[in-house]
Amino acid sequence: MPFIPHTQEDVQTMLASIGANSIDNLFDEIPPALKSGGLKGVPPGLSEMEISRLMLERAETDGRYLNFIGAGAYEHHIPAAVWQIATRGEFYSSYTPYQAEASQGTLQLLYEYQTIMASLTGMDVSNASMYDGASALAEAALMAVRSHKSSRRILIPSTVHPVYRSVVRAIVRNQGIDVVELPYCKASGQTLAEALDEFGKEEFAALVIPQPNFFGVLEEVDTLTDWAHSKNALAIGVVNPMALAILTPPGEWGEKGADVAVGEGQPLGIPLSSGGPYFGFMACKQALVRQMPGRIIGRTTDQDGRSGFVLTLQAREQHIRRSKATSNICTNQGLMVTAATIYLALMGPEGLRRTAAQSHANTLSLLEKLETLKGVKRLFNGSLFHEIVVSLPAPAGEIMHALESRGILGGLDLEGYYPELGHAMLVCATETKTSEDLDKYAGQLRGVLENS
Amino acid sequence: MLIFEHSRPGRRNYSQSPAAAEIVGIPQNLMRKVPPLLPEVSEMDAVRHYTRLSQKNFSIDTQFYPLGSCTMKYNPRACNSLAMLPQFLARHPRAPESTGQGFLACMYELQEILKDVTGMAGVCLTPMAGAQGELIGIAMIRAYHESRGDSARTEIIVPDAAHGTNPATAVMCGYKVVEIATDKEGDVDMEALKAAVGPQTAGLMLTNPSTLGVFEKNVAEMSKLVHEAGGLLYYDGANLNAILGKVKPGDMGFDVIHINLHKTFSTPHGGGGPGSAPVGVAPRLLPFMPVPVVGSDNGMYRWLTEKDIPQTIGRLSAHMGNAGVLLRAYVYVRLLGAEGMHRVAEFAALNANYLMAEMSKAGFEIAYPTRRASHEFIVTLKELKEKTGITAMNVAKRLLDKGYHAPTIYFPLLVPECMLIEPAETESRETLDAFVAAMKEIMEEAHNQPELVKNAPHTTPVRRLDDVKAARELDLTWKQV
Repeated sequence: MPFIPHTQEDVQTMLASIGANSIDNLFDEIPPALKSGGLKGVPPGLSEMEISRLMLERAETDGRYLNFIGAGAYEHHIPAAVWQIATRGEFYSSYTPYQAEASQGTLQLLYEYQTIMASLTGMDVSNASMYDGASALAEAALMAVRSHKSSRRILIPSTVHPVYRSVVRAIVRNQGIDVVELPYCKASGQTLAEALDEFGKEEFAALVIPQPNFFGVLEEVDTLTDWAHSKNALAIGVVNPMALAILTPPGEWGEKGADVAVGEGQPLGIPLSSGGPYFGFMACKQALVRQMPGRIIGRTTDQDGRSGFVLTLQAREQHIRRSKATSNICTNQGLMVTAATIYLALMGPEGLRRTAAQSHANTLSLLEKLETLKGVKRLFNGSLFHEIVVSLPAPAGEIMHALESRGILGGLDLEGYYPELGHAMLVCATETKTSEDLDKYAGQLRGVLENS
Repeated sequence: MLIFEHSRPGRRNYSQSPAAAEIVGIPQNLMRKVPPLLPEVSEMDAVRHYTRLSQKNFSIDTQFYPLGSCTMKYNPRACNSLAMLPQFLARHPRAPESTGQGFLACMYELQEILKDVTGMAGVCLTPMAGAQGELIGIAMIRAYHESRGDSARTEIIVPDAAHGTNPATAVMCGYKVVEIATDKEGDVDMEALKAAVGPQTAGLMLTNPSTLGVFEKNVAEMSKLVHEAGGLLYYDGANLNAILGKVKPGDMGFDVIHINLHKTFSTPHGGGGPGSAPVGVAPRLLPFMPVPVVGSDNGMYRWLTEKDIPQTIGRLSAHMGNAGVLLRAYVYVRLLGAEGMHRVAEFAALNANYLMAEMSKAGFEIAYPTRRASHEFIVTLKELKEKTGITAMNVAKRLLDKGYHAPTIYFPLLVPECMLIEPAETESRETLDAFVAAMKEIMEEAHNQPELVKNAPHTTPVRRLDDVKAARELDLTWKQV
């Protein structure tokens, strides 16, 4: 019996103590008409050896590719220590730290995480994480509406990740919130500054500012932040935390700084893993802390005066406030944040800065190599972090497919998301790529284009 | 000591950072001026620090965790190591489906298995936690009513014993919450339900077995009542472990359910996440399922998107939810197989009823003594508090000293000084006996040495922490002095 320790004798002794004749007896309060006819769709159990064989075969089917796709999930080197420690049973199999005295390990780690994320984003406070970047943005939008009071309108540039925009709509849809998209400049790939005033005529609760944006382009964050504030709205930064090692943090944007910063934490030590689990982060100005959803850790003292950590401001949360909570969110992504905190400690400020800088340099270097190919060129002239939109002489989907058979995942085909860009792909080269990798990509793309 | 206090300027890990590269073409105003506050420590410092922190945690791997409504069962190690095979970890979420047939096969089979286990017509794997599963479920109920032009339905009915996420979710979906009472036997008060149901009812959210640890005997009647009024039924799968393979939510009449994989399917709690909460739907809600869902065309697996499910309520995550958690659940269901799943509910029920019987014999007051425990039960310490002033909180903290994680306390709120106790099927009889013995010792201490219990815990890395101070003098980040 997998994972069940009971011997026959145990079962008999236990039933006798209960006063039941059989285990079936224990289900006698369930109306017989409801009882199920069995599990015909569930295959028989496997041994660990058998399931290991099956999973290894499936993993091998999926193979390994030289990957140049980014688009919200980025391949970075993860030090071995990160997951060896994060998967220690004491982190892996512990519960939410409601019993603080029995959870000081997790709680202190989360306090360290909050400290690092607040500093990385230039904000005063951070929560203990959200589900992922997209849902964190949706929660930030809700937070802005709660604190604004008179407007339920959110401005989101169309340079924000298209799926993030879909997720925001899906989450806020039933709360009467109006999500308005802003156009982008065809030349720079930035949010179109000239269009802002048109959209700002009507009151709005917040402007979302991506940095870098989905095209990999850097936005004029100072101007955008100041404009939002001039309209009495909040500025919500949606940022790549790796980029913040070299870019101005949201808390320092414009005159007063953005009010909320959110984003996808995956670049900080979390494997790509087909899309999850990752973690979203959320940091904000002190004034908004009581509007922030999710778990928050605070430092306090115990009855002997020693320093210790607890979940705090729980009066915002669903288990206390029920229908009046700031959000229905209960969970954070504890284990992912555990990994991210260990990752950040191992990298340090210089390691993180170098990783970001090398990713930036590799992408520029790749661009240089790709632009030597006929019909391949950079589409936007805005400055970039580590991702870039490249236009191609043939449909991107076909080219990606041909590259795949050569062992390369060339980038994300943008035609479905931004049909007006024509044959275009979004490409990313992080620090994991060597110059040989970049040469290989350029060489294979040349081969594909010559054969098409 | 915090990691920042180990930090020394200039110390770093040379094997963990690439060569310094030049930054080109980024305007000065967009460049960071002051480096972020990251610790500067050696790799060994970091490894020691976080290993030591881990040792300050209770966990399933080190302690018995009878935490009611949380299903803290053993997390098989194979689930973790097989989900972390290098190819699975390296696969990019936007990589073509052709490069993920092995992964997608696991996802497709998991969907099919969960359909059978829950008796639903369709399953979507992407919700990232129970509360998100709820949000999706209620959003689908709303989309269903709206698609029929049935827009006068403004209320969601929730029993007073429900998890806080239920009412909070209903509000996030734009509904008014109507709370209904529980009767003396621990079932939903049918008269209150009848009074609450009407043309304004969009749906009922129900946990069954309930958070009081009992099976709602009238569930079929409740289902009929709500359906006849035009409402739909939502099943909160928090306690699915208790009935796995015995009763299917679909057979009980539920239209939509979420399953907490981190409970019933043994994926790790990880110190508070990641969760994962696939949602199952009855045929009438199939058109509204969130995307993506895994489909199969002639043996090739692919994502079904907005194109395939045009009335979908949309996407709730940037990619496809917590894929790695789903892989762990897949390994778990394959290890168990059909037989193993039946045994989950059987032995969860055996352990819960045995522990309830033994605690009753030891003199503890059971809140619903005439009822079978599902996979959990409630002890009330009301009398103890009256006699000695010792509260459920005090007893919970004293249990920590004795090496047990405390049960869930003060939930559900309707039972005074309550402890909701769920042993889960993976614990042995010896562990349960030892827990009862520890509880008896604490009872004796409560009478003979009450200060010892009131001031507990004594042996944990810190003693009782000041929650009031934490909230009043907010200290949420470390600052260099």
